[in-house]
Amino acid sequence: MDSDDPILRRRSVIMGLASMGGLLLAGCSEEPPPTYGNILRMGDVLTYEAHRLLLPKHTLAKEYARSQISSIPAIGTTDPADPGQPLFLPDYGESYARLRKGQFADYRLEVEGSVARPGSYTLADLKRFPSRTQITKHTCEEGWSAIAEWTGVPLRTVLEAARVRPSARFVQFYTFDAAADGIDMLDALHPQTILAYGMNGRELPLAHGAPLRVRVETQLGYKSMKFLRRIVVTDEFDDLGPFGSLQNGWSWYAGI
Amino acid sequence: MPRRFEQAALQSMGHALWVRICHWIGAASFATLAVTGFVVLMAHPRLYWGDVGNDLTPALLELPISRNYHHGGWRQNVVFTNEAGSPVSASRTVEIFNQNGWARSLHFLAGWFLVATGASYLLAGFFSGHFRRDLVPRRGEVAPRVLWRELIDRFRWRVPPGEAGPPYGALQKCAYFGVVFLALPLMVLTGLAMSPAIDAGYPFLSGMFGGSQSARTIHFFVFAALVLFAIGHVLMVVLSGFGRQMRAMTWGKRYGQR
Repeated sequence: MDSDDPILRRRSVIMGLASMGGLLLAGCSEEPPPTYGNILRMGDVLTYEAHRLLLPKHTLAKEYARSQISSIPAIGTTDPADPGQPLFLPDYGESYARLRKGQFADYRLEVEGSVARPGSYTLADLKRFPSRTQITKHTCEEGWSAIAEWTGVPLRTVLEAARVRPSARFVQFYTFDAAADGIDMLDALHPQTILAYGMNGRELPLAHGAPLRVRVETQLGYKSMKFLRRIVVTDEFDDLGPFGSLQNGWSWYAGI
Repeated sequence: MPRRFEQAALQSMGHALWVRICHWIGAASFATLAVTGFVVLMAHPRLYWGDVGNDLTPALLELPISRNYHHGGWRQNVVFTNEAGSPVSASRTVEIFNQNGWARSLHFLAGWFLVATGASYLLAGFFSGHFRRDLVPRRGEVAPRVLWRELIDRFRWRVPPGEAGPPYGALQKCAYFGVVFLALPLMVLTGLAMSPAIDAGYPFLSGMFGGSQSARTIHFFVFAALVLFAIGHVLMVVLSGFGRQMRAMTWGKRYGQR
């Protein structure tokens, strides 16, 4: 066949356009996260939609043996009560310092939003739920990774206790520093998405988010929010303003 | 001019339109991927073998490519067990270079362009017979003697001044074949193997490279090989007639002739 053949030439162009179109279409299902007209965010949404379309739902991330637990850096905020840290917030920093002084006996996790039974939970309340312990890989956007054991209550259990409304699509996490982030309901209900109060067989250390942090094993480390304070279930996407990943120039979906 | 070069010049058919389109979208995507990938690597210029690795574990290789190379240090905050050699935790004492917010998103955006273009190119190349006719080296051409002779010619700056487009020389075929069928697919697979969501869905991907950090290390070395290819490729274009080659790859055969 001659490649100058006009029919072949046209066919190959159509073929190319068709395959590009197929990828773009995948990004057009109902109400994806906003792109703000930003081409980088459009790419992020395409990746998110492609993952949701093509990846099997709720397959478990690999779990390791205790002997494979590795050393692990603690980055970002390592003490919300320290005014010297970049994400320090005076109000929450002070209440965090007060709570820590009382060994988190007065700590309450607020669960609210699109739920039939909003409520607040003490650490003891959370520990009364059936727990899950998993030894998993933490993958940081910087390029490194580490293996640690996490013990906590599945987020699904807490959401079921709060009776999430059927219209709910996202779960937002607010913390004791100037960071907040959210995940969609698929990741929120993943069996390995837990609210962890234990690490490597002991209480969650300060630098790793005491007293409670999120573990999202299907996304990068920055979605596993430390120093968890409040959970809000929403029907609509919320970029969480200056606290969220989007307005700080980071992809909201971090499965890649 | 050696006889084998003359023959190539006489038979050249130029580049098909779809080859030209794929070439330029692919080239732009590759350039974007190379630059953003390097910026991402600068945030953590250490490579490992196995499933995990970080600043508190031994590296396979450390690259002096940003101020994060051997940076300020770590303050230990937890020792997890009482045994010797226990895993530890530590926090940084310095602010590191990190531009991954835009670099990662742009990397994946360019990745989408490369994958879409690459898929179209593979389909068109297979069904048009372009691969069979022009890219798969013939039996005599993969002989080490032939390839060695062509390589020596290149190092003596003896480059065929023939017209742009196929038929290609033996070394040229092997280089293009290696990039299209080995290096680029390997880049896509090792890239996917680093994603936590894909790793949970399809763990065999990172498994076949020996872990997601091994995949990251292979991703880096294949990147280095592709950059070497790109440099050699551009050098050959310049030495064999830059203007004519560029016109032939952009506007087609007619404009490539003089």
